[in-house]
Amino acid sequence: MILKKKELNTELKNFTINFGPQHPAAHGVLRLILELDGEIVKRADAHIGLLHRGTEKLIEYKNYLQALPYFDRLDYVSMMAQEHTYSLAVEKIGNIKIPLRASIIRVIFCELTRILNHLLAVGCHAMDVGAMTPFLWAFEEREKLMEFYERVSGARMHAAYIRPGGVSSDIPLGLLDDIYLFADQFNLRLDEVEEMLTGNRIWKERLVDIGVVSASKALDWGFSGVMLRGSGIAWDLRKSQPYETYKDLLFDIPVGNSGDCYDRYLIRVEEMRQSLHIIIQSLNMIKDGPIKSDDFKISPPSRLEMKNSMEAVIHHFKFFTEGFILPHGETYTATEAPKGEFGVYLISNNTEKPYRCKIKAPGFGHLQALDDMSKNHMIADVVTIIGTQDIVFGEIDR
Amino acid sequence: MINKLEKLIPIVTSISNNNELSINVNHKNLLFVMTFLKKHIDCQYNVLSCISGVDLLNTNYRFSVVYDLLSTTNNDRLRIKIFINEITSVNSIISIYRNANWWEREVWDMYGIYFQNHPELRRILTDYGFEGYPLRKDFPLSGYVEVRYDQTKKRIVVEPLELSQEFRFFNYETPW
Repeated sequence: MILKKKELNTELKNFTINFGPQHPAAHGVLRLILELDGEIVKRADAHIGLLHRGTEKLIEYKNYLQALPYFDRLDYVSMMAQEHTYSLAVEKIGNIKIPLRASIIRVIFCELTRILNHLLAVGCHAMDVGAMTPFLWAFEEREKLMEFYERVSGARMHAAYIRPGGVSSDIPLGLLDDIYLFADQFNLRLDEVEEMLTGNRIWKERLVDIGVVSASKALDWGFSGVMLRGSGIAWDLRKSQPYETYKDLLFDIPVGNSGDCYDRYLIRVEEMRQSLHIIIQSLNMIKDGPIKSDDFKISPPSRLEMKNSMEAVIHHFKFFTEGFILPHGETYTATEAPKGEFGVYLISNNTEKPYRCKIKAPGFGHLQALDDMSKNHMIADVVTIIGTQDIVFGEIDR
Repeated sequence: MINKLEKLIPIVTSISNNNELSINVNHKNLLFVMTFLKKHIDCQYNVLSCISGVDLLNTNYRFSVVYDLLSTTNNDRLRIKIFINEITSVNSIISIYRNANWWEREVWDMYGIYFQNHPELRRILTDYGFEGYPLRKDFPLSGYVEVRYDQTKKRIVVEPLELSQEFRFFNYETPW
């Protein structure tokens, strides 16, 4: 039999590959089903939930203080930012006022956390794309920052330091000096990273015009944080809905104009520099004073008070056995976490346990746009886009 | 703001709590209300922050679905709530807010609330082949099954849960 040319089936089928969940560039346990036409991505179906630990369910069975450490473990590279959001939510329902010193300590540590997160984001992004060195430099700086965490709370990562009613303990002597020394030299470290990347031809070839998101699309997808600002929308909750002492601080919001991965990289670097400004200003603002609310129903009394007062001992005992009761109420409290708008929707029902605690993780919203962002890009660009979205699975899978 | 809204859209009740406005609407009016809130010049709630399910066991309605909206132009937030029972389905709002997709999948996964006209209402966070709706209040914290790797079968097996110690739930109702 002779085959005629027109009878030959020349149509090529797309083929499907499995990307992850053990792929190092998948930033954890992302499983992507990629439908490819040659090397062009036609569809990316993200399978998430491989790190699902049922945080929201667990929180319903814990009292308000016991629920706090779960927030460290959501986005495990920006720990305190999430404790902070949760503490704010609890304070909002309980109508708790915190002292100024606590507020400033919170701001300092939230900004240190932002640097901590962005160093990992930029460093790992660079490594995914092929530049090894900035990653190593970034991790050296991260080590210093985690040392600050350790000095203030005893834990390098899962600090449980920011608590409803203030912070858990006062900062040790000399820490503020060391934070100043860090802030003083960190600009130079950033310059070094930028020297390696910003003008680098390969880095630009891989990032410029990749994963472009227009402003209207970014809003449609419900983006927040760097992903939104990269598309040219100057929206930052620290400016627009200020909490703590942010309204007294001077800082700029970097905004991109083309909405591609390169813009988002530049914004992350600039945000680190702005965080340094905030830290220096806060260091100049901070004064002696109490570091937590003096309402013993909300925050435990100090050791010194417990030595002298029976009432303080009773409060301490009741606080750590029963916890504290929040009246009926609900709130959606959102803060500008390093990755975007991190929100806590908390419902209280006049008991010591939350009735419902919904966690709005920024990464969850960003990852669902991956299909749209990577459409008609090369397969290698998927890695760039995952990197630019700053995906961390702790918060997405919850 | 709320007085103006009440004239324009069918609101059942509205509550302002901690300066956060929250409106309850009938689930049949959801699409209309959402379209209005997104498009109307005075509202412009252009970002859907998140959708959360809430299990209201032992009340008139079993579930409530809560939509948190944000307007970046007016710098304002609004919460829309609908109340439903186990058998009512909710209209999907993907046609209005496209990022509702995964949030609705999550509510389906966790509570078993069905969303009509959702293009791919699959489970999202739980394991492949998972049964039950874990965030419902009548779902036990420890679950029903445990998963382990069987050395003899050389594969992962799913078995009924065995707790060496009974699950204890301390409910410290304050006695004084």
